[in-house]
Amino acid sequence: MLADKDRIFTNIYGFHDWGLEGAKKRGCWSGTKGFIANGRDWMINEIKASGLRGRGGAGFPTGLKWSFMPKVIGERPHYLVVNADESEPGTCKDREILRHEPHLLVEGCLLAGAAMGCHMAVIYVRGEFIREREHLQAAVDQAYEARLIGKNNLNGWDFDIIVHHGAGAYICGEETAMLESIEGKKGQPRMKPPFPANVGLYGAPTTVNNVESIAVAGTIMRRGATWFASLGRPNNAGTKLFCISGHVNKPCVVEEELGIPFRELIDKHAGGVRGGYENLLAVIPGGSSVRMVPADLIIDTPMDFDSLGKLRSGLGTAAVIVMDKSTDLIKAIARLAYFYKHESCGQCTPCREGTGWMWRVMSRMAEGRAEKREIDMLLDVTKQIEGHTICALGDAAAWPIQGLIAHFRPVIEARIDQYAANPDHDGAVRKIAAE
Amino acid sequence: MSVRRLHPVQPDSFAFNAENLAWAKAKIAQYPAGKQASAVIPLLWRAQEQNDNWVTKPVIEYVAHMLDMAYIRVLEVATFYTMFQLQPVGKIAHIQVCGTTPCMLRGAEDLKKVCQNKINHEPHHLSEDGNFSWEEVECLGACVNAPMVQIFKDTYEDLTPATLEKLIDDLATGRKVKVGPQIDRHNAAPEGVQTALTDPSLYEGQRTFVRVEPPPPPPPAEEKK
Repeated sequence: MLADKDRIFTNIYGFHDWGLEGAKKRGCWSGTKGFIANGRDWMINEIKASGLRGRGGAGFPTGLKWSFMPKVIGERPHYLVVNADESEPGTCKDREILRHEPHLLVEGCLLAGAAMGCHMAVIYVRGEFIREREHLQAAVDQAYEARLIGKNNLNGWDFDIIVHHGAGAYICGEETAMLESIEGKKGQPRMKPPFPANVGLYGAPTTVNNVESIAVAGTIMRRGATWFASLGRPNNAGTKLFCISGHVNKPCVVEEELGIPFRELIDKHAGGVRGGYENLLAVIPGGSSVRMVPADLIIDTPMDFDSLGKLRSGLGTAAVIVMDKSTDLIKAIARLAYFYKHESCGQCTPCREGTGWMWRVMSRMAEGRAEKREIDMLLDVTKQIEGHTICALGDAAAWPIQGLIAHFRPVIEARIDQYAANPDHDGAVRKIAAE
Repeated sequence: MSVRRLHPVQPDSFAFNAENLAWAKAKIAQYPAGKQASAVIPLLWRAQEQNDNWVTKPVIEYVAHMLDMAYIRVLEVATFYTMFQLQPVGKIAHIQVCGTTPCMLRGAEDLKKVCQNKINHEPHHLSEDGNFSWEEVECLGACVNAPMVQIFKDTYEDLTPATLEKLIDDLATGRKVKVGPQIDRHNAAPEGVQTALTDPSLYEGQRTFVRVEPPPPPPPAEEKK
């Protein structure tokens, strides 16, 4: 179990002062100037050596991403965009950073900005996080006041931070949709290439990072890449904020080492599964967009990128949604299908039409009002959406349904049988699929 | 995607009050020159707050004019982003019930029923006195405090049908309400005994760190002769 002294977010629950004084006391903003003075290459190498993988879901190595930015600042300025549009169902870690550890994020922005030659960062906070945004804005104002950021600041790198916000669109968490949104447009993802590192915000080189990836940068540099890399497991280094929700006795957010086994994570911090492990049915280990894993497969699995990837699921944002045997799994996934239908931006036909179609079929299957051959048809449609859209929302909509069918097809079939055997209705299965 | 249109009944005009106008000008100035369109969401938001929490056609026209944007571009933004309310909402509270799976697993459907019974059977419709309205929204990002609702700026977490009913009653009668978790719990920490961050030495005095440096590279092996 991770020792308290090795936790990066020591005020994640908000028991202490989140302002500048409190943050400084906890070690934030110490040595920042020295790291910047060490130069871009030193900072990027430090993050590379730490093995930090992006905390926004895909797990791409953060140091490598930083190194993609042009080495020389040309005519176009460089921008850093921080993705605080946390909307993945199950995920609520960035919220705690924004409201209780905002200075780690502000400091991380300055360091990441200096490492990539950016003089401006835009932090895009989801619209719903209003109090969180107020804390972040206050922290940014404090940092300006104390001349930690701004023009001619004490840290020796001119840097401005804009706290920007959305207004309730999940898709803006996709990096290019976020750039569109910051430019004042509908949040519809852009075709790639060109990648944001070449043509990003306002057509200038831009890197988009998750809040948690940026907020850990300062501590990694303070304590050394070797320290961070010593935690976790090979290729899955460091600590991670886990959000444990659903059918556990004490849901919570907690920082733990990557690779902690599922059972240990739940027992130590979430008070165990409701009704004990005998009562565990399935787990969505990384936010709604990853495939669910049945109880017997997950129970002793290390919670990290590679181990969960092997189960054809993923760590995603480490949003662990626990479902016990009282759960109507088909209905739970049908609700996620509705979520993706609601959040599709409407740009690509397979996603715009497909998410609605999948939701309608899933709702019928939740009642059992379907035919068994439609299960394969549904699976086939998910495969036609997956990989055929500009962004990953199409994939994200397809995977939960694929996970359900892969592991719980008998449950769907039993529901259909039950409906067909029910004498209370006329027995005829009405076909309402694509309208 | 959802179909979102402007309300059939629209007021005649809208203009920022002096305070919001000053705020808007400062906000626009934050963005690089010529990129004032970036301020469209913050400005629409401020206008919504000033305009009894909903966005009207005059609001859209006013913001478009202020940012030198085509009206259709601002209309697109106002209809794309679902937090812009396109119809009047309850004066005291517009209750946004999170209905996505993590909240659903912990009883969000019962919260919806409370809203249907106490406010209006249909979402986005006002209660009889015009003081309340409700809607089901997608994940509000407080999943470890599920089920929860958001009312304007604040969240009310760890709810049960009974505590939500009481919350609505308290709001209606103007009693003071507690924001955040409605059970004995601190933010996102687990209920009861803390399992992490219990070491008091972390918070005594100034915390300092010693860098762990990588081990020195092994000496180059001697060449074989």
